[in-house]
Amino acid sequence: MNSIADFAPGDIATIIGFTGGMELQSRLVEMGFVPGIQIRIVKYAPWEGLVELKIRNYHVSIRIKDAENIKVKKYES
Amino acid sequence: MNPEVTNQKYVALIGNPNCGKTAVFNHLTGMSQKVSNYPGITVEKKIGKLKSDSDEQVNVLDLPGTYSITPESIDERVVAEQVMDWIHGINKPSAIISVVDATNLSRNLYLTTQLLDLGIPVILALNMMDRVNDKIVLPEFEVLKGKFGFSAVVPMSALGGWGMDELKTAIQTAITCRKPQKSKMLFSSHMEIHELLDPLVEFLQRQFDYTPRIARVQALRLITRQSAVDLYRPPHSGEHHFSMEIVHEIEKLREEAVQAVKKAGLNHRTLEATIRYNWLDNLLQQSEKKEVDVLKRKSRSEKLDNILTHRIFGPIIFITLLIFIFQSIFNWSAYPMKWIDAGIGLIGNYILDIMSSGILRDLIVEGVIGGVGAILIFLPQILILVFFITMLEDSGYMSRVAFMLDKFMTKVGLHGRSVLPLMSGYACAIPGIMATRTIDSWKERLTTIMVLPLMSCSARLPVYALMIGAFIPARKVFGLLNLQGLTLILMYFLGTFTAFVVAKIFSKFIKVKGQSSFVMELPPYRIPLMRSVLHQVYMRGRLFLFNAGKIIMAVSIVLWFLASFPKTPANIADNTNKANSDIIEIVNPIHNSYAGKIGHAIEPIIAPLGFDWKIGVGLITSFAAREVIISTLATIYNVEGDGKNMISLSESMKNDINPKTGLPVFSTLVALSLMVFFVYAAQCMATFAIVRHETNSWKWPLIMIAYMTSLAYVASFIVYQGGTLIGKF
Repeated sequence: MNSIADFAPGDIATIIGFTGGMELQSRLVEMGFVPGIQIRIVKYAPWEGLVELKIRNYHVSIRIKDAENIKVKKYES
Repeated sequence: MNPEVTNQKYVALIGNPNCGKTAVFNHLTGMSQKVSNYPGITVEKKIGKLKSDSDEQVNVLDLPGTYSITPESIDERVVAEQVMDWIHGINKPSAIISVVDATNLSRNLYLTTQLLDLGIPVILALNMMDRVNDKIVLPEFEVLKGKFGFSAVVPMSALGGWGMDELKTAIQTAITCRKPQKSKMLFSSHMEIHELLDPLVEFLQRQFDYTPRIARVQALRLITRQSAVDLYRPPHSGEHHFSMEIVHEIEKLREEAVQAVKKAGLNHRTLEATIRYNWLDNLLQQSEKKEVDVLKRKSRSEKLDNILTHRIFGPIIFITLLIFIFQSIFNWSAYPMKWIDAGIGLIGNYILDIMSSGILRDLIVEGVIGGVGAILIFLPQILILVFFITMLEDSGYMSRVAFMLDKFMTKVGLHGRSVLPLMSGYACAIPGIMATRTIDSWKERLTTIMVLPLMSCSARLPVYALMIGAFIPARKVFGLLNLQGLTLILMYFLGTFTAFVVAKIFSKFIKVKGQSSFVMELPPYRIPLMRSVLHQVYMRGRLFLFNAGKIIMAVSIVLWFLASFPKTPANIADNTNKANSDIIEIVNPIHNSYAGKIGHAIEPIIAPLGFDWKIGVGLITSFAAREVIISTLATIYNVEGDGKNMISLSESMKNDINPKTGLPVFSTLVALSLMVFFVYAAQCMATFAIVRHETNSWKWPLIMIAYMTSLAYVASFIVYQGGTLIGKF
């Protein structure tokens, strides 16, 4: 199973769910990270640490260690 | 329900961060609250009167931006507590205006669906309609209105200034009819979930008289987050209050519900949001292909970010920007400062001409004009600094800086979201400390607060500017940088660098549980609204002048008395001198004044830092506000002078000779030592008051005063003694 952190900038993936009891998932789901929705990996921050994502027509950044808990599969049209 | 609190009719503005809520508020009320392009900048409630033709007064309440009514950080808690009040029948608004960003409808409507449960009429303000492009498909407004049960749907653009009249009409209509439309959003399709939550739902209904619908959504919220339980727990700022027994019962039933949900193979943390989004996405009928088309489209902001948050160029651009700003503070302000200086000199000399000599004239010229005037000169520099910081914030750049620096910030025990509070600390620590509310982890928030006063605020700027202007030559270095500007950058760097070191140390000692996370929206770039930027600059300037007018004038007047009395007749002083011929200098009467005595009393403590008694008096008075040291020195030098002319402060400082040593009181080294002292010293009463308020204890402000004062003394000692030592070789 892949996580967002496995993808390169430009890739589009579909969210499957979350791993572990990560508290942050409540917030992410409230911001629209629901299973079945697509996201695009935009870029990694200088010195890494953060990743920028595009979802539902907005840009958001989260830490890579949190992104590792978001399960996704590669989007194929 | 208390009838008094519901007397005033009002409507509440609620929306996601960055949906343009504050701009809508400004239009509705005619007020000019700060509009910013940084998520979560409105951290407190604001209230204003609705501008309308109607006779009836209606208030508008602006609440901080939030993604949900179960809070994640303190700024979101404000909204959550307000909504809890409404759920319990306290002070309900006549209508809620749900402001949404039309370019990002589904995520914005999530919060709206939560508001629709409350049984209060909801008006949908579809903001930013001017940014909706052909890729974005909006549902028919009538369909939206019917399916959701809004009392009105108003397309508009708050920044473009259209749709506001329609919104006002919708508000008036909603207030007069009051009856909420029935929202079609029902949980009936999820009966299996209801059964899991039934014991909790029944308890809530029995205990609080909730409607079945409210009871169900409250139960869903309670299992989502601990913070939803905490909203029932005292103390909080809302009006609703429950006993601890009720809270314990809720906790027990919540735990059972969580276990039941888990057993059913569901995720209690995401249940509410998943149900709502299923309903929403189904209703908006966005096809997967359309969704991906929108994702693939690269906005102008994203193209800009290719450079601005680039791995290499991003940080370089940020540092260049900072250097440019601090250079501009000196370069741009030279002429206006000269004009103000000349103007004050003219006024002072004019009064010297028209008034006959006496105590009153001395008081006005030496105390008021001398003291206040010395500070007014620095107004242009402060305005330039505030202008730049506001521009950075409003353009949307600050969230990019947080994005770039989070990794570094985490390393030193801070948070990406600490960047904006720290940067606004360059203007003033107080709004900076308020802005830390957007940091959701308490440990990192506290660390940010504790180091924030080390960021050189605009009250230190005049002190640096005075010292640099008088004692650092205006030479060019490396062809384009000005040595004076460079010294200024060095002072800001010193404070900032120390803030990181201290943060690292503090984070080792502050023990708080709870994990740190970072979720930050990167809003589209926007050309800052000049009206809003200039308003911010004006507000800051007004505050500065108000300070100059009240505190500084008062301190200057008191100080003038202390420096002028008791009067020693000049001839007595002369006789004493003749008698003791070994004293070369004529003793100026100011030495025997009250201020002189106080200054001389503390001189032994500060002498190792290179400071004489006059600076000592300044250090004491600067406890009221840092910039007061300037007016203090100006007043003392004016009293000391012959009273025939207004004296320029930097000239007097350059010419001042210490009678004991025969050496100049000020030198480049003393100026450096004094500046370093100001970089570190804890001197602002208002800051301690706000730290006390935000941390809810005297412990933290006291620690702050202790560590900053120690740092100031030690650092100045090293600069002065080290410098003297080097000078000997």
